[in-house]
Amino acid sequence: MRHVVSILIENEAGALSRVVGLFSQRGYNIESLTVAPTEDPTLSRCTILTTGESEEIEQITKQLHKLVCVLRVTAISEEPEGGLERELVLIKVPTPNRGIREDIKSIADIFSARIIDVSAEVITMEYVGSSQEVDNFCSTVLKLSDVLEVVRSGVLGIARGNHCMHS
Amino acid sequence: MEKLNGAAQLVRALEDLGVTEIFGYPGAAVVDIYDELYNSKKIHHTLARHEQGAVHEADGYARASGKVGVALVTSGPGATNTVTAIATAYMDSIPLVVISGQVSTGLIGTDAFQEVDTVGVTRPVVKYSFLCKKPEDIVPDIRKAFYIASTGRKGPVVVDIPKNCQTKRYVFEYEQGGEVRLRSYNPTVFGHRGQVKRACDELLKARRPVLLLGGGVVQGDACNEARQLARMLRLPVVCTFMGLGAFPESDPQCLGMLGMHGLYAANEIMNGSDLVLAVGCRFADRATNNVKKFCPDATIVHIDVDPASISKTVHADIPIVGDARVVMGQMLQVLKDSEIRPNSELDPWWKQIDEWRRIHPLGYTKKEGMIRPQEVIEKIYEKTKDLDPIVTTDVGQHQMFTAQFFKFDEPRRLISSGGLGTMGFGVPAAVGAQKALPGRLVLCITGDGSFQMCMQELAVARKYAMPLKIFILDNSVLGMVRQFQTVFYHHRYAGTNLDFNPDFVKMADAFGCEGFRVKPGDDIGAAIDRALAVKDRSCIVDFITDTNAIVLPWQRADGSMIEMILDEEGN
Repeated sequence: MRHVVSILIENEAGALSRVVGLFSQRGYNIESLTVAPTEDPTLSRCTILTTGESEEIEQITKQLHKLVCVLRVTAISEEPEGGLERELVLIKVPTPNRGIREDIKSIADIFSARIIDVSAEVITMEYVGSSQEVDNFCSTVLKLSDVLEVVRSGVLGIARGNHCMHS
Repeated sequence: MEKLNGAAQLVRALEDLGVTEIFGYPGAAVVDIYDELYNSKKIHHTLARHEQGAVHEADGYARASGKVGVALVTSGPGATNTVTAIATAYMDSIPLVVISGQVSTGLIGTDAFQEVDTVGVTRPVVKYSFLCKKPEDIVPDIRKAFYIASTGRKGPVVVDIPKNCQTKRYVFEYEQGGEVRLRSYNPTVFGHRGQVKRACDELLKARRPVLLLGGGVVQGDACNEARQLARMLRLPVVCTFMGLGAFPESDPQCLGMLGMHGLYAANEIMNGSDLVLAVGCRFADRATNNVKKFCPDATIVHIDVDPASISKTVHADIPIVGDARVVMGQMLQVLKDSEIRPNSELDPWWKQIDEWRRIHPLGYTKKEGMIRPQEVIEKIYEKTKDLDPIVTTDVGQHQMFTAQFFKFDEPRRLISSGGLGTMGFGVPAAVGAQKALPGRLVLCITGDGSFQMCMQELAVARKYAMPLKIFILDNSVLGMVRQFQTVFYHHRYAGTNLDFNPDFVKMADAFGCEGFRVKPGDDIGAAIDRALAVKDRSCIVDFITDTNAIVLPWQRADGSMIEMILDEEGN
């Protein structure tokens, strides 16, 4: 089972290595990981996509919570009203001729992706969606054209409704 | 206001925290701290002979006294040498603060001389760690380190201090300490009331209950509450290895240790129980055998200060997160207001327990022309039990024989590496324990393998004229591994012969200790008396014991609690 775990940690040197170290030390998987400071610059929020049975996820959240630098942990999918997930992808495709350029542009329109950089022979797009949607977008682009580079942000998660990690 | 440099601030903060004893080993990256320690009238420094020894000594000190143990080492190899000892303390939840020097901040990351990423190397084996990036960090970090080490589930904390943060040239005001608060660290102390009530209800309903006490009861100073609870409800008591001494073993209500080499009756009780009240234990693999077959009929009530220990291996039906002493206190309060069942309702259970005890009591057979290791432990116990000794052990057969044949009636009497199983722990731990409790009798029961792993610390025992009694069960082999080879590897004794051991008696002499050998046919009791009579220095007694002894009972791997080998024929 796929789980998105959100972690609020002290924004200090070494905090992330403790979180990541815990996963490798206890044999848990990290499918993706994102981290950045929050609106309170002394805190960082880290989102980890992991897989495991629900007992394992419970153990992961307990072990994370035990880390002295961790303030809060939630498994987003276990929130009462469920969770929201988004992922960003940047994708760079070669456009050697006008035909391909037009194809790429129409794909971008259909998916509501944005073209963020254009040069003589290359177009770079950004697309935001659930991991599933990002997968679909990438595979559609791949069918139409060569792809030079794909960069995914990893999953970001937040609980639905009025459930918040702060306070 | 007083202005002090970083190193002086560190020493002052340690003094203010009540530290009186530091175990350490100097080096370039901590020489400023040593220079300030030289002035301290409150802190005594014990010079170890190896950094691993220093941290084991601080560990033995902490286990014997209940205080936070403090070690001080230099950067690089000084720090890496402490890793085994830090991991030892981590696995057994022992409060330690390990202070290491680091290269100057400007050199960090340049592969400077004696540079190592100490925080990185120790990360998986510490409760927490600090790298002080500026002199002003030292005092707050040290205070946090003590607070973290000694609260919740206790454990070792590393404080890494770069050399330029200690320097004499930069002085600043020393601020008196207030209460330490950490927003991200708040151990739960009180148990959830509803859960406590549920636990009491189940406990009163149970007809085959058992109280299982782990190291958390000892480290959490909760033995009085455990004893009251057991006596109030006439519960049979089983201890984990780390919990030995939490309940008096010589009391008939105590069944002794459970697990891989646990006592027959203790393992039968666990398996036959309908309720296990487990306190401060983590259901380690050596205690439970196959968790799928563990206590099949029992409701598991698990009290632990560490939520991550609950339902980690064995599923808890009634989990209670909280301090062992406080939660058991809450239970006692609830039980005082409840209608307690007549204790006679447990008569059939006790009858069954006594039957288990009768059919397979702990024992061994004497053999002509051989000293049996069990016999030595039995004799040591007999000769010293009235002296209330502290007993440290190393790791191996002698450790299990001690757990089985030495009866511990009080907590903090058995000092041993349970979780990590660190050979070499015994001698330095004995030195640390003797430092903590100068007038007390400290015994170190060891094997010829383990003893050689940290024996250099005897120099420290000599320096302070410590009257340690070091009993070596010398069978010239690595007995614990060898017994696996005997039973499961067709007697192929690969790498377990310790031929060409040093002459331990001559070595005793070299270290300024009394030393003598006890051979088959010699009077074991008289030898122990002779050792006990040595008061001005340590005494090493080299018992030449049976090479083929096997620790029994021995649970079959992956089996239930009651699948045990009970005799030397493998039955």
